[in-house]
Amino acid sequence: MKKALLKSAICAAALGGFAHAAAADESASLVINGELEIVTEAPAPAHLDGALRTVYSGWVFRSDETQVMQMDDFDNPGMIFVESGMADWNTAEGTEGKSCADCHGDAEESMREVRAVYPKWNDEAEEVRTLQMQINACRTEQMGAEALKTDAGSMLNMEAYISSVGRGTIVNVAVDGPAQAAWEQGRDLYYTRTGQLDLSCANCHEQNYGNMIRADHLSQGQINGFPTYRLKNAKLNGVQGRFKGCVRDTMAETYSPGSPEFVALELYVASRGNGLSVEGPSVRN
Amino acid sequence: MAENVTPRVRVPRSAAAGETITIKTLISHPMESGQRKDSDGNPIPRSIINRFTCEFNGETVIDVQLEPAISTNPYFEFESLVPEAGTFVFTWYDDDGSVYTESKDIAIA
Repeated sequence: MKKALLKSAICAAALGGFAHAAAADESASLVINGELEIVTEAPAPAHLDGALRTVYSGWVFRSDETQVMQMDDFDNPGMIFVESGMADWNTAEGTEGKSCADCHGDAEESMREVRAVYPKWNDEAEEVRTLQMQINACRTEQMGAEALKTDAGSMLNMEAYISSVGRGTIVNVAVDGPAQAAWEQGRDLYYTRTGQLDLSCANCHEQNYGNMIRADHLSQGQINGFPTYRLKNAKLNGVQGRFKGCVRDTMAETYSPGSPEFVALELYVASRGNGLSVEGPSVRN
Repeated sequence: MAENVTPRVRVPRSAAAGETITIKTLISHPMESGQRKDSDGNPIPRSIINRFTCEFNGETVIDVQLEPAISTNPYFEFESLVPEAGTFVFTWYDDDGSVYTESKDIAIA
């Protein structure tokens, strides 16, 4: 990052103001709808001592045009999916004839603090649950409805709706206590090199963020903005589907979305973003 | 038949007489191009919004013909002169014959 910042400073001096025509504006600040301030840069959480000093939202690394799309809900294509999720929230499903709203009421109040703390340890089930797993637990245990597949369209709509009402809250995923074992498993996966290219998550997203990998501007791989609307496929993308894409790009056999390995990795990567704001649904390329 | 088609429009509530305002519109629609095949190899029939118009007090502001290469959820942003108070009427024409309309009033401040 320091290198990249220095480069833009030199460009700015040379071009006099036209510096970030192509490169991302790394000093811009994100305010949604002119009122909701989003933290896109924060001191790294304690467990990243020696690895990172500052954590940056992926928004910081995107081009100006992409950044602007996220600053207004009308321009954010992810909000179309949020509206579908909102409709599902109020629709009764399953043998119990209940909707999400029947138990949880108004999501804007009841779900406000939810996205920021997931994945999270569940005492009864004695497992770490992602938000999607918790949605499915509600569906199967409370509503008598069928479980949705990890990263399925309607699942992402619901996750996006729950994220959208929590935008601006600060990610605060617990890394100790009963979740610690899964967190450590996730950390080990993060630093394990995979595939024919022999790359770990850290090789790109810790050691080289801010640099270009061929045509792509590497971010820190933060997941505070998920589910993410990607311009490349014009739909919402889930965290674990994104993990799969990354591992595949190292030319490795990947874990499946929903597998214990990816759940552990989601917990660990989420904890690397402790201190940033919930941003989902974000807009990325 | 396209499902879950919802038009959305953003127009300022008021403007000064003679002011130029920015209008944003978006309609959620799959915009199936007709070029794709399903898993059995059969062509998926074309199903797109083929025309979009905006009128102000009966006068045309824009009239757009859409083609299959236009992406899902087509978004238009354009400017309009507001000479007087009145109503913007937005109309989207679907291949399947459906017509979606939305209207917004604007006052003179």
